[in-house]
Amino acid sequence: MSTPAFRFVSADRRVREDRRFVAGKGCFAADVVLPGTRHVALVTCPHPAARILAIDKRGALAMAGVHYVLDGRELAAATQPLLAGLDTPNVARRPLAVEVARYAGEWVAAVVADSRALAEDAAEMVRVDYEPLPFVLDGETAYATGSPPVHAEHGSNVLLDRTFVWGEVEKDFAQSPHRLALRVTWGRNSTVPIETFGVLASWDPWRELLDVYASVQMPRFPDQVALALRLPGSAVRVHNDVDVGGSYGVKRGIKHAVLVGYLSRRLGFPVRLVEDRLENMRGGDGHGPERNFDLELAFDDAGVIRAMKMRALDNVGAYAGRSPFQLGKPIGAIVGPYRIRSVQYRAIAVTSNKTVQEAVRAFGQSPTNFAIERAIEEVARHRGLDRVEARRRNLIRADEFPYLIPSGTTYDSGDYHAVIDKVLARADYAGLIAERDRLRAQGLLAGIGIAACLEPSGANSTFEPLLNPKNATTTYTESCRLNVDVGGAVTATIHTLSAGQGHETLVGTVIGEVLQIDPDRIRVVRPDSLSSLPSQSPVGSRMAIMLGGAAFHAAQKLKARLLAIAAHDLAIPPEQALYDKGDVFDRGAPQSRRSWSELVTIAHRHFHRLPPGTEPGLAFSHVMQVPTGGRLPDADGRVQMYPCFAFEFHLLLIAIDPDLGKPEIKRYFLGHDCGTVINPKIVRGMTMGGIAHGIGAALYEEFAYSEEGQLLAQSLMDYLLPSSHEVPPVEIIHHETPSPHTVFGQKGSGESGYLGAPAAIASAINDALQPLGIAVNHLPIKIAQLGDMIAAARGEA
Amino acid sequence: MQVELAVNGEARTVEVEPRMSLLDCLRERLLLVGAHAGCEHGVCGACTVLLDGAPVRACLMFAVQADGYAITTIEGLAPGPGELSLVQDAFCETHGMQCGYCTPAMILTAHALLARDPAPTRAEIVDAISANICRCTGYAQIVEAIALAAERMRGLNLPASKP
Repeated sequence: MSTPAFRFVSADRRVREDRRFVAGKGCFAADVVLPGTRHVALVTCPHPAARILAIDKRGALAMAGVHYVLDGRELAAATQPLLAGLDTPNVARRPLAVEVARYAGEWVAAVVADSRALAEDAAEMVRVDYEPLPFVLDGETAYATGSPPVHAEHGSNVLLDRTFVWGEVEKDFAQSPHRLALRVTWGRNSTVPIETFGVLASWDPWRELLDVYASVQMPRFPDQVALALRLPGSAVRVHNDVDVGGSYGVKRGIKHAVLVGYLSRRLGFPVRLVEDRLENMRGGDGHGPERNFDLELAFDDAGVIRAMKMRALDNVGAYAGRSPFQLGKPIGAIVGPYRIRSVQYRAIAVTSNKTVQEAVRAFGQSPTNFAIERAIEEVARHRGLDRVEARRRNLIRADEFPYLIPSGTTYDSGDYHAVIDKVLARADYAGLIAERDRLRAQGLLAGIGIAACLEPSGANSTFEPLLNPKNATTTYTESCRLNVDVGGAVTATIHTLSAGQGHETLVGTVIGEVLQIDPDRIRVVRPDSLSSLPSQSPVGSRMAIMLGGAAFHAAQKLKARLLAIAAHDLAIPPEQALYDKGDVFDRGAPQSRRSWSELVTIAHRHFHRLPPGTEPGLAFSHVMQVPTGGRLPDADGRVQMYPCFAFEFHLLLIAIDPDLGKPEIKRYFLGHDCGTVINPKIVRGMTMGGIAHGIGAALYEEFAYSEEGQLLAQSLMDYLLPSSHEVPPVEIIHHETPSPHTVFGQKGSGESGYLGAPAAIASAINDALQPLGIAVNHLPIKIAQLGDMIAAARGEA
Repeated sequence: MQVELAVNGEARTVEVEPRMSLLDCLRERLLLVGAHAGCEHGVCGACTVLLDGAPVRACLMFAVQADGYAITTIEGLAPGPGELSLVQDAFCETHGMQCGYCTPAMILTAHALLARDPAPTRAEIVDAISANICRCTGYAQIVEAIALAAERMRGLNLPASKP
């Protein structure tokens, strides 16, 4: 397929957002302070489960400058529970605990004072009497009958337990000569943005309007805040022009926004909550998946996998919003890049007395990819195959696209073998093996890591109807409005917040491409939620596809109008008019033309020259439906999940000091195919950031709990984020297989790198450990654990 | 109590509680919000400002302790409205950021590095920014930005103290 020539798409252009950030002129939630703003600090429960017997507010309220202490009972009486993804009405989730607190760190009361420091002082003066209750931390224990239910009204800890069977699984298992089973586990981590969650709410009782400034990344955020506060949607105005200081999924913030929204209405002044790091890590409800995978594979002598059974049990913590859907998204790529013809998938979500789980980059796909990749490596070991060769024997071939997987999703395009060829050539695979063996000869444990996996992109949220029969969502919009003013200047809109993904650059580039004008001339703004078109948020690697698509179609509508106006004014048939960088001319007589400014003047001022029935002005909008979306799942749970599937192939060399257990990544190569790249700087940054995040998830980051139910990582000294020392240089090798479903052939890349880095690092460690006869099936694998494992294997206990 | 601060070349008198951090003072009293709170326990580096040219954690220091030092914040780097310093421009050229939250601190750290070493190696750049956590980028384009700034600075033959 020949690559179309683009003017601005794929060009290595600057990112327009960067100018404000380098000058310190971003506008983050904590930078917004309205006159009279008061501040919230939180009183939190010290027990993993406890009945709240009494709250004594007197000490706090006696302090000068303290305005209010809100408890859960008052808030619950005035608000609705927060929206849950699954149909679990007896698992009510509220901003402040009511009667029972269900995890250590859960918010029990909110103190409002003149300053944050004063609010913190006063929070220490609130006395709460608790009666500790039985609790459960481990997911499998929570699942077992007889475990203490986190929500007594729900009756058990099981929120979801559904088994899907796609294809002749039992028959394929029976007919396969070989089978293996393994358990793979993914520890609880999160994205831990450097900016904690912050929100300011201000209720205007005369206008009956709640203004909300929040660092949020949440689908239907304004709508959910309004529902919880029992307000019409038109009474909640969320400001989309707030810069979000990193999110990668977790900045959901509904409970925070409902809390300060209520307080502002109740107290009559603006109220702000900016989490400190402890509130963020313990009670901010932003932990990620904690998942056990039990896998069984059936395969033949050649290592060709015929069927897979996967049981995934996810410990979602004490309450649930959209987090159980993180078991649903991987259904759209349940076989990874492989030709596995039948699959049984059992998805289990359980509650426990841990911090609440929310969306984390890749929405459950990265843990699933880790599980699939571990299984492939076990097949390779079983059959005595090279690990690249084992993958090659199972990969979908380029000539098989579009490719329907057993769970009902059709992969759009790809050329996995070509990407792997490129990477192996660039990395000199044989040379890399020789380098590994040299390191081994020096006494180090050295291993080569490999991962091949997919990034589903263009989120359509079809897991909602799949996992909740009362939810029939089949669209997941993103929108753009385009206006050309009377002077000919172009302004376009984005209707959501962004957290560093460069969406303003995306919209400018796409519209510039269509209109053939310099993208830097296009102003991009973010109207508030009441002035916005239907929009979700930047989730599921969707914005290049969905916002890019909306901007493209809005610009096409503008272009079509300009052609129609010019053809009418030139008195030529419409098909004879040609668009050229804003001007339109007669293809039969090129000197006969109308310039951009003439066409704009006609549209805005000369109604008598417009084609009959034409709206004056030049205002166009497009509400984008997800490509390939629109259908409900069938009875067997087959569904088209996301429209586009990017591919990544990781290859790295790791060396482990056998005495310390300290791994060092010596070389890292990534083959990446996300279709047409709209902005190379942005895609590279996303990918590198994803790999860094994956290194953290594999080696450093974990929200571990003590047996007493206390979160052990309560600061960035305990929860280790990779620094510049931990992230090696990475050589990225590009390949472009355009998607047939998108306007420029682009696919998503917002989660790239993270999809496969944890699997690849685990693969490298296992290759390094293989001479010792041990294997790692749990992430993260921290230095101390690795050191202990190595020592034990060498008999140095 | 009253504290005299020299911020971005300007003498400022501020009334603060003795327990107010320099970060809160800059943000809340002087409305210099380019310095950001990330952890408030000295790990992430998002609050970094320069004190007499050296990077410090504004969250770990009381405003009263800054009395008498020359403080440089990100707002003091741009040569004029809408203009960028050489380092700021280099960060734009390589896209050495995403969300922009750690960026002001990262750029101030880079300025401090280049002021003392106009030709840092990659390892020295990595070391200099290792106390500033960036969650978005994986650092590659930040390291490249600083290397690019150093290269351009040397090309301009500017005095080392004015990157």
